Amino acid sequence: MSEVTEETIEFLADDACVNLQEEFEKSKVQDVLDKLDQELIGLVPIKTRIREISALLLVDRLRQQFNLSSETPTLHMNFTGNPGTGKTTVALRMAEILHCLGYVREGHLVSVTRDDLVGQYIGHTAPKTKDVIKKAMGGVLFIDEAYYLYKPENERDYGGESIEILLQVMENHRDDLVVILAGYKDKMDIFFESNPGMRSRIAHHLDFPDYSAGELEQIGELMLKEMNYQLSPDAKKVLKDYIPKRMSLSHFANARSIRNALDRMRLRQANRLFADRSKSLTKTDLITLEAEDLLVSRVFTEGKLEGDPI
Amino acid sequence: MPMSNPGNRVTQGQFSFLPDLTDEQIKAQLKYAIDNGWAVNLEYTDDPHPRNTYWEMYGMPMFDLKDPAGILMEVNECRKTFPNMYIRVTAFDATHGWEAPRMSYIVNRPSSEPGFNLVRTELHGRNQGYSIVSYATDKPEGERP
Repeated sequence: MSEVTEETIEFLADDACVNLQEEFEKSKVQDVLDKLDQELIGLVPIKTRIREISALLLVDRLRQQFNLSSETPTLHMNFTGNPGTGKTTVALRMAEILHCLGYVREGHLVSVTRDDLVGQYIGHTAPKTKDVIKKAMGGVLFIDEAYYLYKPENERDYGGESIEILLQVMENHRDDLVVILAGYKDKMDIFFESNPGMRSRIAHHLDFPDYSAGELEQIGELMLKEMNYQLSPDAKKVLKDYIPKRMSLSHFANARSIRNALDRMRLRQANRLFADRSKSLTKTDLITLEAEDLLVSRVFTEGKLEGDPI
Repeated sequence: MPMSNPGNRVTQGQFSFLPDLTDEQIKAQLKYAIDNGWAVNLEYTDDPHPRNTYWEMYGMPMFDLKDPAGILMEVNECRKTFPNMYIRVTAFDATHGWEAPRMSYIVNRPSSEPGFNLVRTELHGRNQGYSIVSYATDKPEGERP
């Protein structure tokens, strides 16, 4: 296969053959997709879309070898979903995938919120936004809680200026950076309604589904493994009961709520070990979370959260 | 017209004896600076006198960039704002012991470079003092093209 380099671009003859499999293996994208499968539980629609995008980019690369030019595809994305559904995690992974496919040159992620883009006085916004954009060039610009950029109730808000610059860059520097917006579904819908230009410049609108109880359980176990903890068989059962109970309560934030629950379990485990500190401990004691660490949770005892009104 | 320097091209900084760098070449040089962790900034002036060391800064120096595309964007904006001035890119190395510009090259020139006038001054005895004055700065600042 002839190498496409900057100096001598040799295109293949019309009847030449290219091997998609070979190109696929060369891109190492499979490793990233595998990692995605292992580390992210559920999220089937998201994974499917990522797979589709990688296929498009790979085929595009083969087409280039035949000198079949096509416009660089727009890859700006919008992630919507409830809290804790993995938007930021996927965005981070997205930068890696796009880098493997050679779509972005550096593959770094610049994560910003309104504060980093919008200035405090007239003339402050443009340089601030441009600074962020320059930093994100060659990688992915991730704007978390993007709906805050636009505040319709304040007509003197500078957010609009920032959006305008972003739109321009999203259009003119498509090969230099990928913009990913993220936010809650209803608020993002309002945001797009008032900024129709933004909606049309984003090719991929991905909606992150809520996790099921089973998926949350798997996520919990994965988190514990990363933190070097394990659940006793009893604790496993209790966690199984805990998750649906917690899901029915207010302020449920999917994986984030599970993380918080696990953090509180660690706290109680430490306290439990500390209470009878005269006893000598084994490694198993240190890494095992028992059922009682979770059973004292207010979700069980009172059916409500800490700090929640009755 | 002097044979050694047709067009009176100002030769300051790197690459100044070569034909003007293309955007692709500028990008490659910028990438080199970024990869070395140097902060890149843009400066402009209309006075090409070699002793005119400190040029006006265009915006702030650019730190923490990963890709030259952002700087090139700024270069093009500077060219649009000052099409008839000298613009140079400087890469500053902040490492202890260096703390100095490591690269500096011109990325934009005025359409015509009038060159320099050699001024001779009679000094005491039969001594001669020599200095140069750029024709480009003949007029007051506001009236230059």
